[in-house]
Amino acid sequence: MNNRLINWFKYASPQSFYPLAGKMIPWFWALAAVFGVAGLYIGFLVAPTDAQQGEGYRIIFLHVPASWMSMFIYLVMAGWAALGLAYNTRLSGMMAQALAPTGALFAFLSLWTGALWGKPMWGAWWVWDARLTSELILLFLYIGFIALQSAIDDPRRADKAGAILALVGVVNIPIIYFSVKWWNTLHQGASVSLTKAPSMAQTMLWGMLLCALACWMYSIAVALMRARSIMLERERHTEWVRALLGGKSANQE
Amino acid sequence: MFALIRAVVGRDLRLAMRRQADIVSALFFFIIVVSLFPLGIGPEPDLLRKLAPGVLWVAALLATMLSLPRLFADDHRDGTLEQLALAPQPLGLVVLGKVLAHWLVSGLPLALLAPVLGIQFDLDADALWVLTGALLIGTPALSGIGAIGAALTLGVRGGGVLLSLLVLPLYIPVLIFGAGAVDATVTGMGAQAHLSLLGALALGGLFFAPWATAAALRIALE
Repeated sequence: MNNRLINWFKYASPQSFYPLAGKMIPWFWALAAVFGVAGLYIGFLVAPTDAQQGEGYRIIFLHVPASWMSMFIYLVMAGWAALGLAYNTRLSGMMAQALAPTGALFAFLSLWTGALWGKPMWGAWWVWDARLTSELILLFLYIGFIALQSAIDDPRRADKAGAILALVGVVNIPIIYFSVKWWNTLHQGASVSLTKAPSMAQTMLWGMLLCALACWMYSIAVALMRARSIMLERERHTEWVRALLGGKSANQE
Repeated sequence: MFALIRAVVGRDLRLAMRRQADIVSALFFFIIVVSLFPLGIGPEPDLLRKLAPGVLWVAALLATMLSLPRLFADDHRDGTLEQLALAPQPLGLVVLGKVLAHWLVSGLPLALLAPVLGIQFDLDADALWVLTGALLIGTPALSGIGAIGAALTLGVRGGGVLLSLLVLPLYIPVLIFGAGAVDATVTGMGAQAHLSLLGALALGGLFFAPWATAAALRIALE
C-alpha cells in the first residue's frame, strides 16, 4: 500500500529539489521561447487591425498577460506561503521569495504598458481608474513583501513573516478582480471572461493566450533559477552544497 | 474573555497615561500636517472644501502610523510580550485588547479633533459630523491592520519606515471609503453606503487582524 502513495514531500527538501529544478529550467525556457515567438507572430502579423483602436491595441499582447501574471503570481506566492506556514517546509519560503521579484516585474510591466496604451486611447498616461490603482497597490504589496524579507536577517523568520504578509495581502487580489464591478470608470470592461463569450477576434485571443503561456513559462523558469540560487545561499553549510560546489566553498569556510 | 481584554486595555491605558507626551505629539503631528496643506495649496475656500476629506484622512493615517511602532516594542524589550505569549489565555485576545487601547489613545482623539480642523477647511456642519463619524468607525480598522505590521516589523532594523511600507497599502480601502463618506456628504449624495462599507472593514479588521498579529508575534518571539 505504501509504495502506491506518492511521497509528495520528497521534493520539498532543497537537496532533492535542486537537481530537479536544474533539469526543468531549460525546458521551461524552451517552451517560453516557442510560445513567445508563436504569440508574437500571431499578435503582430496575423491578428487583424482593431476597428476602433488601430494598431495601437497590439500592446494588449504584453499588457494583458503581464496583468494576469502579476495577480496570479501573488496568489501562487500566497499559496506557497500558506504551505510553508502549515507544513513548515523550507522550500516553500524559498519559492515565495523567488517569485516575488518576478511578480513585481510583471506588475510594473503591466502599469508601464498600460500607460503606453492609455496615452493614445484615453489621451492620458495615467488615470485614477480602479484597475490601474489596484495594480499599483499590488506593486506596493510586492515591494512591501520584498522589503520585509530583505530586512529580516534570519531566513526562517523572514519566510514566516513574509508568509503572513502575503496572506494578508491576498485580500487585495479579489478587490482588483472585482474592481471593474465596484467602480464604474474610464477603464473598458474586462474583454475576456469565463462566463460570456470573449468580445474580441479569435486570432487576437489566441495570440494573447499564447503570450500568456509564454509569460507563464518564463516566470516558472526564472523563479526556479532564483530558487536555486537561494537554496545554495541558505544551505551553504550543508554537505550536499559543499559536495556540489567541490572545493570552492571549502576554501571560504 | 472580557475580563482579559479589560485588563489589557486598562494596563495599556495606564502605561499610555504615564507617557502622555507620546499621545500629544502624535496629535500635534496630525494638526501640523493638516495645517500645512492650506499653506501649500492656497487659501481658496472652494478648493480647500474639496480637498478637506482626503487631506484629513491621509493625515489621520500618517498620525496612526506614527504611534504604531510603540504598540509592541516596549513590551518586547522588557520581556512582557513573552510572558503574555506564554499565558494560558489566547494571544489573539491580548492583541485585541492592545489594539483597542491603541485606538483609545490614537484613533479616538484624532476623530474628536478632526471637526476642529475641518472648520479650517470651511466644511459645513453635516460634513463635520460625517467626518467625525467616519473617523470613529474607520480608525479601529487602522489600529487593527496596523497591529499586523507592527508585529511583523518587531525588532527588525529600519522598522519604522518598513512598517509604513507594509501597512499604508493595506490602509487604502479605509482611506477610500472614509474620505468618500465625507465627499459624498459635501456633494449631497449621502454617506450611508460609504459608512456601511467602512463599518464592514472595521469589523473585519478587528476580527481577523488580532489573529494574524498573534501569529506574527509568535514568529517574532521564536
